[in-house]
Amino acid sequence: MTDEQAIRVLIAKPGLDGHDRGAKVVARALRDAGMEVIYTGIRQTPEMIAEAALQEDVQVVGLSILSGAHLELFPRVVSALDERGVDDVLLFCGGIIPEADIATVQEMGFTGVFGPGTNTEAIIEFVRDHAASPAA
Amino acid sequence: MASRSAREWQEQGPYAKAIERNAERQPRFESSSGAELDPLYSPEDLADWNYHEKLGYPGEYPFTRGVQPTMYRGRLWTMRQYAGFADAEESNRRYRFLLEQGQTGLSVAFDLPTQIGYDSDDPQADGEVGKVGVAIASLQDMETLTEGLPLERVTTSMTINATGPILLAMYVAAAKKQGADLAKVGGTTQNDILKEYIARGTYIFPPRPSLRLITDVFAWCKDELPSWNTISISGYHMREAGCTAAQELAFTFADAIEYVDAALDAGLEFDEFAPRLSFFWACHSNFLEEIAKFRASRRMWAEIATERYGSKNPRSQMLRFHTQTGGATLTAQQPMNNVVRTALQALSAVLGGTQSLHTNSWDEALALPTEESVEMALRTQQLIGFESGVADVIDPLAGSYYIEELTDRVEEEANAYLRRIEDIGGALTGIEEGFQQREIQESAFRLQRMQESEERIVVGVNRFQTEELEVPALAQHDRSVQTRQSERLAALRAERDGATVERALADIRAAARGDENMMPLLVAAVEAYATIGEICGVLREEWGEYQEVVTI
Repeated sequence: MTDEQAIRVLIAKPGLDGHDRGAKVVARALRDAGMEVIYTGIRQTPEMIAEAALQEDVQVVGLSILSGAHLELFPRVVSALDERGVDDVLLFCGGIIPEADIATVQEMGFTGVFGPGTNTEAIIEFVRDHAASPAA
Repeated sequence: MASRSAREWQEQGPYAKAIERNAERQPRFESSSGAELDPLYSPEDLADWNYHEKLGYPGEYPFTRGVQPTMYRGRLWTMRQYAGFADAEESNRRYRFLLEQGQTGLSVAFDLPTQIGYDSDDPQADGEVGKVGVAIASLQDMETLTEGLPLERVTTSMTINATGPILLAMYVAAAKKQGADLAKVGGTTQNDILKEYIARGTYIFPPRPSLRLITDVFAWCKDELPSWNTISISGYHMREAGCTAAQELAFTFADAIEYVDAALDAGLEFDEFAPRLSFFWACHSNFLEEIAKFRASRRMWAEIATERYGSKNPRSQMLRFHTQTGGATLTAQQPMNNVVRTALQALSAVLGGTQSLHTNSWDEALALPTEESVEMALRTQQLIGFESGVADVIDPLAGSYYIEELTDRVEEEANAYLRRIEDIGGALTGIEEGFQQREIQESAFRLQRMQESEERIVVGVNRFQTEELEVPALAQHDRSVQTRQSERLAALRAERDGATVERALADIRAAARGDENMMPLLVAAVEAYATIGEICGVLREEWGEYQEVVTI
């Protein structure tokens, strides 16, 4: 990993829930680890998130949700990204994703699913290991 | 021997010798805000401490020992579990179940569309209907929600803010239909918008019109709904977002001051509306510090009421509060440990003199709670109330050197923070500049760091980990709720008298541009079965929407 081109990450809060503690802690930890982090703020529609990912030219999109609407909202984020031709981003998510939903969420393309109690080091490592190199 | 001072004991005596031989288990012990703790507290720490000035008696200024003369000897706190999910019918069933189980008050959780002013069939509501609470789009839903519940006798707390005045209007309309005497209808609307901008996120309108709606509720309830707690000024969500105990008090009182000033500007008298103000604290895991926080909060409010606002009415000076145990302290790892965490937190809320209490369910870090886990959480309160004996004597920890020193210290720290916010220009200016938001994030990040470096141990998370067992069945809520709600709304729109709805909405639009009290118009609109989305739609057009100050 070279320092010249930092990994660009979008952290977003889809849906209506305002629980942003986790999203902000993760955003801050990734930034402290040398990445370029854009945080959207709360109440983002799937379209807003996809648009931000496109405009900001990120390699990674992390979604945080605690309202239980992940099974409805995550697929909509994925298709909004597809519609904009953003199909090469690394996706991960966090918040409250019940055990029974994890496999479904992974099948949608969210390679990393990080629940409560996750060490931020684990997320940093995951992003470093899986994000496509910006130079590639 | 007997006359040796604590300081000598600590600095030259046995303590000094002991730590020279063996270092203590950590280099420094500290409070939630990082202040260093002494190994021991003694009469020397309370040298200038005056009992009557600092504590007084229960039910008397400065209310440190509690707001009622008999406290839990007269009546235990209200056991009030926050509940609500899916639609009004299912939630109504849960409330009846909880009342049968011995719960003594209701607490309604609304889904996010209801909290943010969207009807269940609005595209913005897609996927969120009935998820974190019950969907209430019109008076029809409220009638179903409260069916068979005696609204004159059961008090209901509603966690509702931006749309609080509208839901209150619906509750009042439902109570009127039951034939209830409004003078006896009691409960609370959270109605605290400032902490939504800071931490909780369910705002709609910009601050000025939002504050106006709140003061309209103060003014209207004083005459029409005298037993209603018009606001629950909340530290809970800021604490959950990561702030310290002292910040929780300071940020909340800064918000309270903003509301009081807005009401005074609107021409109300402090002692007329202040008796109906209530507060809402979190209870986290630092057992003794939390007790000190609750006690300090009462003393701080008594002082704010009298010294800042010249209150003459003791009822305006007594801080009454609801407590919820700390959701953010629950762990997804070894989740049954959460039963114990919650029990300890609930115990400190009781030792701190709370008026009502919600205990979290052990499975809440995993999913929305099940009926079984909610029942266990309620039983936890009953065990404390009926078996532990702590409710038999008022404020039993008073006079402990440490508790009193800590109460003073939390108060001092909170006052120092409060002065910083005042220097910025008050809570609202702070919010606009992102001050509270940044302070909270800093504290949250510091806590995360401490947990990752193991300066702070969380059992089962960063120490004493085990292979996780299969988690028992968790609540899965029916995905057909949104469809059912949408069908009901379509039927309602077809059945109701459209012209009356249009007139009521036009009246609301006119009032939004002027300064008359909105409450009577909201009651008229909901009685005509105007929906929450329609009412908020008009107000959004007139007032615009708040834009978040994004900080990381």
